[in-house]
Amino acid sequence: MPIDFWYKLVNTLPFEWAHYVFMENALLAVLLVTPLFALMGTMVVSNRMVFFTDVLGHSALTGIAIGVLLGFQDPVLPMLLLAVLLSVGVNLLKNMTRASMDTVLGVLFAFIVALGIVILSRRGGFAKYTGYLIGDILTVTPAQIGWLLAIAAAVMVYWLAAGNAMIFTSISSSLARSRKVNTFWVETSFTLLLALVVILSIRLAGILIINSLLVLPAAAARNISRNMRAYTAWAVLISLFSGISGLIVSFYWGTASGATIVLFAAACYSVSALFGAGRNR
Amino acid sequence: MPSGNKGGGDGLLNTCEHCCTRVEDLTVKLGSNVILSRVNLHVNCGEVVGVVGPNGAGKTTLLRTLMGEMPYQGKISFRVGGNPSQTPQIGYVPQKLHLEKGAPVSVADLVASAVTRRPVWAGIDGSTAGRVKEVLSLFSAEHLVKRKIGDLSGGELQRVLLAIAMTPAPDLLLLDEPAGGVDAKGLALFYRIVRGLRQTHDISVILVTHDLAGIYSYVDKMVLLNRGVIAEGAPQEVLADGKLVEVFGAALWNISCLPDIVKDKGKGGDNAD
Repeated sequence: MPIDFWYKLVNTLPFEWAHYVFMENALLAVLLVTPLFALMGTMVVSNRMVFFTDVLGHSALTGIAIGVLLGFQDPVLPMLLLAVLLSVGVNLLKNMTRASMDTVLGVLFAFIVALGIVILSRRGGFAKYTGYLIGDILTVTPAQIGWLLAIAAAVMVYWLAAGNAMIFTSISSSLARSRKVNTFWVETSFTLLLALVVILSIRLAGILIINSLLVLPAAAARNISRNMRAYTAWAVLISLFSGISGLIVSFYWGTASGATIVLFAAACYSVSALFGAGRNR
Repeated sequence: MPSGNKGGGDGLLNTCEHCCTRVEDLTVKLGSNVILSRVNLHVNCGEVVGVVGPNGAGKTTLLRTLMGEMPYQGKISFRVGGNPSQTPQIGYVPQKLHLEKGAPVSVADLVASAVTRRPVWAGIDGSTAGRVKEVLSLFSAEHLVKRKIGDLSGGELQRVLLAIAMTPAPDLLLLDEPAGGVDAKGLALFYRIVRGLRQTHDISVILVTHDLAGIYSYVDKMVLLNRGVIAEGAPQEVLADGKLVEVFGAALWNISCLPDIVKDKGKGGDNAD
């Protein structure tokens, strides 16, 4: 098993945390998920989809609720179905109206969160699900890591195939179409990938903070980048740095890893904002 | 810079043997709202046509319909190299971009995206960088290569977008309001470059604008559009047409660089009222 090789490798590190299997799993998950989040985040920020991904993350709550109602053991399937439905629906709506989606998303957000809470809080049972709100990367299993690897591969293929088409699509859909880019397909497949990434990592990252993990590295990279290569590279680096530092620090502090990672990413954002402002002057 | 083949152009227009783009009886509706009504438009190969009209006249809708983005009634046909074509290569320069000022997209990124399928986020290799410079240099924009798109002036952005629209060389070039946010000097340079494209490329150009004064010396034909075609012909003829004043209203003779013929006509119409 390649995972055993990984355990041996991390075990050779002279740190206390490196001797726990849950930390070894978590570190592997962080090394996989943070660059993935960074890549997706660059496009989320460029395409002004920050609010949308927040709705997507919170829809997990309702997905779990529907799963509970229908008697699912593992709520991943209903969560995924709801997220896919939302992605396609919002994308269709955006293409039909060309209007600002701000209010529509706000209404959707309120409705979906309320529905989830109402169903899950029946007979005072909501406390069972609070784990989903904060997430726990320390519970990650090798099987989940396998799934994340598969999504990471899919995202990489998409990035290689549609990278340039995405740039045109995000700056002017008419310009993109004049260049024979199928903008509907580019946008729809991106939002579907986004739904997959968000839902399959929601257990690790948590409903409340998954959006920060997606958005912060890209937002920080944007402050200091002058082209797409720098933007992508900085986002991945900042995300990896925050992920590794946050995970290790959370071990010693005894805090939730996801939120600790977000704090590191937020610190990176502040530094990059100062640095960017200094350079533009 | 008046065009040289006006007489011939008018003759050909009737038979339309040399039409590269032909719009017949085009009606575009958005819900119950009629945006374009029974528009007829013939664009000869190698011709630069200026479509002028006030805001809300349906100019941008006309371009989007030509690009196949709007449902319509009527007929649109294209010819490429003398043969009918369903899918001509269309170059398009949009009026504005959906882009924030700080967005990390450089001129090189955008042009490289047009010349290669290799994703620019992975970096621009040497041969692509060479082609990017080559393309930009044709449009007096090679010095902008490292700048961010959002930091460009209006005129610089127009030239970069034109470079992209011309890569690969299109059969039909559509320009949407190139005058927006561009100073007079930048605009003259832009129109000169567009005009120059006719010498180097087998291309027809449709230029949509409310900048009547700016384009009249650069176009072969002018079309006055206000939901329908109000007048068309050589620029001098359209400018001399009394309908111009009806469409544009009193604002027209504040434009000092318009030819005298228009101002006389406008004042004449005014007195008659």
